[in-house]
Order: sequence, then C-alpha cells, then structure tokens
Amino acid sequence: MFGYYLDLALRSLKRHRALTALMVLAIAVGIGASMTMLTVMHILSGDPVPTRSSTLFFPQVNPSPAPGERHAPFDMMDYRSATELWSAHRADRQALIASAALKLNAPGVNLPPLMAQTLSTTADFFPMFDVPFRYGDAWTAQDDAQRARVVVISDDLNNKLFGGADSVGRTLRLKGADVRIVGVLAPWRPSPLFYDVAGGRYAEGQTASFYSKPEDVFMPFNSGQDIVGHDYNVFTCWSTAQGSDLRTGPCVWVMLWVQLDSVAKVGAYRDFIAAYAQQQKALGRFVHADDTRMMSLLQWLDFNRAIPGDVRLQTWLAFAFLLICLFNTVGLLLAKFLRRSGEIGVRRALGASRGTVFAQCLVEAGVIGLLGGIGGWLLAMLGLWLVRRQPVEYADLVHLDVPMFLATFGLAIAASLLAGMLPALRASRITPALQLKTL
Amino acid sequence: MDVRPILSSLLRHKTTALLLVLEIALTCAIVCNAVFMISQRLQRMQMTGGIAETELVEVQSASIGALPDAKARTAADLEALRRIPGVKAVTLATQLPFTNSSWNTGIMLDPTQKESTLNATTYFGENLVGVLGAQLVAGRDFNADEYTDLGDAQKDPSKASKVVIVTSALAERLWPGQNPLGKTIWMGKDSPQQVVGVVKALIRPSLSNGDNTAQWTLVIPMRASLDNASDYVLRTTPEQRDAVIKAAAATLHKIDPHRVILDKKSMSQLREEFFHNDRAMAGLLVGVIAVLLVVTAFGIVGLASFWVAQRHRQIGVRRALGATRRNILHYFQTENFLLASIGIAIGMAFAYGINLLLMRYYELPRLPALYFPVGALSLWLLGQLAVLGPALRAAAVPPVEATRAA
Repeated sequence: MFGYYLDLALRSLKRHRALTALMVLAIAVGIGASMTMLTVMHILSGDPVPTRSSTLFFPQVNPSPAPGERHAPFDMMDYRSATELWSAHRADRQALIASAALKLNAPGVNLPPLMAQTLSTTADFFPMFDVPFRYGDAWTAQDDAQRARVVVISDDLNNKLFGGADSVGRTLRLKGADVRIVGVLAPWRPSPLFYDVAGGRYAEGQTASFYSKPEDVFMPFNSGQDIVGHDYNVFTCWSTAQGSDLRTGPCVWVMLWVQLDSVAKVGAYRDFIAAYAQQQKALGRFVHADDTRMMSLLQWLDFNRAIPGDVRLQTWLAFAFLLICLFNTVGLLLAKFLRRSGEIGVRRALGASRGTVFAQCLVEAGVIGLLGGIGGWLLAMLGLWLVRRQPVEYADLVHLDVPMFLATFGLAIAASLLAGMLPALRASRITPALQLKTL
Repeated sequence: MDVRPILSSLLRHKTTALLLVLEIALTCAIVCNAVFMISQRLQRMQMTGGIAETELVEVQSASIGALPDAKARTAADLEALRRIPGVKAVTLATQLPFTNSSWNTGIMLDPTQKESTLNATTYFGENLVGVLGAQLVAGRDFNADEYTDLGDAQKDPSKASKVVIVTSALAERLWPGQNPLGKTIWMGKDSPQQVVGVVKALIRPSLSNGDNTAQWTLVIPMRASLDNASDYVLRTTPEQRDAVIKAAAATLHKIDPHRVILDKKSMSQLREEFFHNDRAMAGLLVGVIAVLLVVTAFGIVGLASFWVAQRHRQIGVRRALGATRRNILHYFQTENFLLASIGIAIGMAFAYGINLLLMRYYELPRLPALYFPVGALSLWLLGQLAVLGPALRAAAVPPVEATRAA
C-alpha cells in the first residue's frame, strides 16, 4: 500500500510544482538553520573526555587572606596549595597545570622564533586525559621529580617545525633553555579545552576561547618553574605587592585536576581538601577554611557556562525559525489537501477508510519532509561553512558528523509529519456525500 | 468595503486563517526583536574609545621576561621608534584598548572597606594619555617627576605612584556630582592614590565585566618596560599608519633579530576585530530577517493563490452580478489586511514577551516603543505586496466563470 501512496504523493506533488517547491524550500530553510545551530551546540556541548569524564574532578581552595573579601574559592590555586595537595597523592591520578606563552625556536630548523603556548604539567596528565601519542611517549614521574628538561609537543607544532617527521630526541629552545622532545602527540582536539577552563562566570558569555586548541608544548611542572619563572599566565592576585617570585606571591595561577575512580574516593578527597584548608587556617595561611569545593569535570564546565552566549541565542533563533517554517507548511498542506476534497470524496465513496486517507496524506507530507531534509542538509553544510569562516576558536571543530547528518533527515521528516498531521486529519474527515454532490 | 462577507468567509477557513495569523505574528515578533538586536550591536560597535583611533598603531613584541637589562632595552627601542619618519609620539604600554587582555584592580574609597567598591582597569605607560590622545577635561596630565617604574613597584609597593588619572565616567560613578580632583582612592589597604586629572573617556581593553563598566579606567604614572609590557603604541597621521607599522616592526626586528613580533595593527583594525562578533551577529540577524520575511511572504502567496483558485466560481458569480475588477481586488486585499492586523496584534504581544526573556537572560534593554508601529507597518506592507499577485489573478477571472462547472 505504501508504494501506491508514494506514487499518489509524487503525482500530487508534481501537479503543483510551485507549491511543492515552496513547501520543500520552507522546510529546507528551517531545517538548515536549526541543524546548523544544533550542530554547533552539539559540538560545543560534547563531553571532552568521554571515556572518563565522570571520574575527573577539580578541587578548589581559597587562599586569600583578606577577611570577608570573597566567599567563593578562586578558579585557580596558589603554588603552595596546589603543590601540597598534589604531593599528597591522595587521588588515583593527579595533574598540576599552569600555562605560559614562551618564545620558542628549534635549532637547525630554518624558521623565525615563534611564541608558543606551553603547559607545565605533571606526568599523570597524559594517561588521565587519554592524550594520544604519535611518536615517543610521555615523561615519567621521575622526570617530574628530577626537573628533567624534556617536552612533549603537539602534532601541529611537529608539522610546522619538522614537517611531521618523528622528532623524538630533537632539541627545542624554550626561552633560552634547551629541552629534549620525548613525545609527539597525535592530533588531539578536546572540545572544550576543558582542563584550561576557568573564569567563565566573569566572561559575560564570551567563552569562545574555551574552545581553542591545546597548547603546543607540554613540559614537566617542576622544569617549567625553572624555565618559565615569572612568565606564567596569572588568573588573579589578591594583592598588588607581588614580590619577585610567583611561587610565594599573592597570586593564583595553578590548577589541580584529580582522577577519583569511586564514589568513596570522591568523598574521601572532599574530606581531604577540607582538612587541608582547616590545617592551613590553623597555620594562619588561610582565612576561609570552609571555602573548599570540588566539582566534577562536567559540573565545572557547566559552572563556567562554557557554551558561548551568542551560540545559545542563535540556537533559539534557529528553532523559532523552524517553527515559522512549519506554520507555513501546515497552512500550505491544509490548503492543498482540502482543495483535493473532491478526489478524496471519491476515494472515500469507493471504500477508502479514514485511516487510509490519513495515511496517504501523511505519506505526501513525509515525501515533502524528505525533500526538505535534502535541501536542509545542503543548507546546513552551507551554514557550517559560514561558521567555519568566522574567526572564532571553535571554527575548525564545526563539522556535520554522522549522528547530526541522520538527525537532519530525522528532524525534517518528523517536522513535516507533524506539520502534515492536522491537514491529514482534516482531509480524512471529509464527508464523501457532500463532495460527490458538488462534483 | 463591507468587511462582513470577508469575515464570514474567513470563519469558514478558521484553521488555515489561524495558521497564517500565527505565522505573521511570529514573524512580526522575531523581526521586531531581531531589528532591535541589530541596532544594539551596531550601537555597541560605535562605542567610544576616547582615543585618537585613526592616528594610532601598535606593534606587540613578546615580553622578554625578567632580564636585568629590560629597562635599557626598552629605552633603546623607544628611541629608535621615535626616529621613524611620521611618528609623533611613542610609548610602551601594559595594555591597549580593543585587545581583550587587561590588568584590573579593585578600588576602595576607604582603606577600611572589606570589599572593593568596584573593579577598574589600570593603564600603565609613560605619557600614555598624550600618546593615546585621550582628552583631559579637568586637572592635568602627570608631571615627569610623578612617574615611577612599574617593575620596581611590583617588587616594592612603597615605590608605587601616588597619583592617578580617572575617566569622567568612573569619577561620576565614584563621586556622583562632586569634583573628583583631589579625591583619594585605595587600590590596596596601603596604596592611596590622589586623582589629579580626568579624561573624557578611555575604554577598557576588555569588556568582559559588562558594557556598563566600559569606561571604568585608571591611568597610573608608571613606566613599563619589556619585562612587564609588550605593546608599543605609536601616534602618527592616518595616512602614514601602514608605513609606520612596517617601519616599526622592521626597526624592532633590527634591534633584536631574535625578538618575536606578535602583532602589528592599526587601532582601527583592532577595533574592527574587537567587535567582530557583533558584526557577525548583526549580519546573521539581517540574513534571518530577510529569509523570514521571504518565507512568510511565500506563505501568504501560497495560501492566497489557493483561496483564489478555490473561489474561482464564486468570483465569477460576483463578477456576473456586477462586481468590478476593483471590487474583487479589494476583497482579497482587505482579507489580507484583516489577517495581517490580527497577526500583528498577536505578534506585538509575542515581541514584548521575547523581549522580556532577552532582557532577563541576555541583559538586553527594553524594546523601544517605536519598534511596534514600524514592525506593524512593514508586515502590513509585506502582506499587501504578497497578496497583490494572487488578488490580481482573482480580479482577472471573467464573469463567464459563473456559468462553468467548478
């Protein structure tokens, strides 16, 4: 029966080409706009470490000595708190993180020096965040302890400096210090760059920078202290008297990420940081001992409102758009079906049930949806191409993946069936007798 | 024209008419808000910088870190940059407008305050007010002997400067209606600063604290050097900007070939990039409005065409009974006008509702009343234009149709 309905639908659509084109276009435009924005949302709101995000946590303490100044922990930690918590090794894995932009050149490579984004971290970083390697491997905990002059570089940097060749063992010069490459990452592009996310609640929705690429150079945290010195990116300072050493200064610039594999361990770690804060208060270093907090990775991203405000707004807009296009289609389908009252009356008189008329009308709506889906897919590709041309950090991430491709057609057909529901119902209620009389 | 027959005929097509009304209403609501958002974005892009934008260029050299001769290197750089033909003034600044990276500080009006009154941005750099071309409206610029060294002050707070220049917006916020000259602010418990001058405006480098704090700016008389700053800013004439940028980058490269030049742009370019998001959003909204209006117009055309086709015979009968072409034309035009009017009325309510949501979640201001009549007018116009084609076709139906079978 379906084949016959399909044939009828195609005939009917062919008979009113202009009207069909109008309906298909309306659905295509609505689907194109909403799928473009849904794809962007889908990519920006994805889980950056799908294998393990539920076991990753972000502990926070409040080292500010100013009484009453603030009642929430800073987004980053001071050096002493972070390293002391890290050294306790109470979590299954733990990584310290501090970032800096440093001058970099590769001896023997004929390229001018460049500013590289670097991350000082500890050996657990790589297994903890599932970082893929192309050549070589990460450094070891021993390298961390011995302040080894080793680095892991990104695939991008390896391509730029060494044309993609295996560069393990080669030397880079980072702000005057020579470091040996021990590992080269495979292409790795977490979305967002979760481990660097901080300060989102002060960003007024301008959070596109959370989606930038990972750093180009990774080095052991302790070696970083020797090489980077004062040049770390500082989140904020609670006093203007900063002193000569960042590590003892009144500034927060280090983040600590921990992996906790069971609920019990999560509870234990919460108690551990609370106890640490109490102890620091007893030592007179902290004022706010109860200001500790530990969010999971996804909670932390949520807390920072990682998805840019403009993207949220555009998504709402896209759906309003789809809604208008649907109203349009409902109206046109209604007019179209009711105009065929005579034909439907004949079919009903010849024995077609209401259900079959309804089904036939829905098949016609579905065909329009399918055609609209194809148009919508093309328009979504165009829309995503436009998004990629914008100078935003997430531009290179935006592609239509298989689930979103299928969703395009799913949404198009669902939308058109929904739009066809009322017109089909009205058409199936046509009284045959009345129609036959006027024929 | 008598409206009653039109109404009774519309009532016979309640659902279809209702759909068209809803489509018009939604379009009206979205178009009103979208136009308003475009105007907001365009207005934001015009935000006052307070500086001689068309005469400024910047060259950003990567900071070299804590080197002992940073001050001497800075002096050498500045001397060489000053000699470039066309350069009127030059300085090294810790931050520049429209660069999105800023130094900020909490300000207190009383050192015993527990929390700072507000958070303002701090510009450092020798003769920065003069080089940027910020306009002094009260008081004076800093004297040469008031400048201290930023690097020294970071290590030893007692070497911090004691005077400050504020923007008039910040002064008005801190001391409404009073003369700010001579007033004192505290940037920390033991660093009082006296206001010696007021500039008309000087925008913050980053607007991440909200647009209403865009002018909360302090200028502090401290000299920057390459270990704590990286932005060389040069004042020239609008025509010489490109040449000066090139020459400045070349000069800096000549002094130290190992230096990394991060950025070299004119201030106008920086502004353009700074507001790129707004421009993109405005462009997108223009596109949305255009497509939305087209879709709605096609919806009207489609439905009107069907109604005309459906009433072919009735039109023929009316024509045969003496109605003129003009009567038929007016019938469909009036019908569209009625539908559009209902749609617009509902649309206004929607528009207001959407605006309330946007005010709540996106801190947009209230939709000005002017948008309502303008929105209404444009949708009426759109409806009339869309219905004209089908209505003309209806008017062309000959009276003889009355005698033919449907």
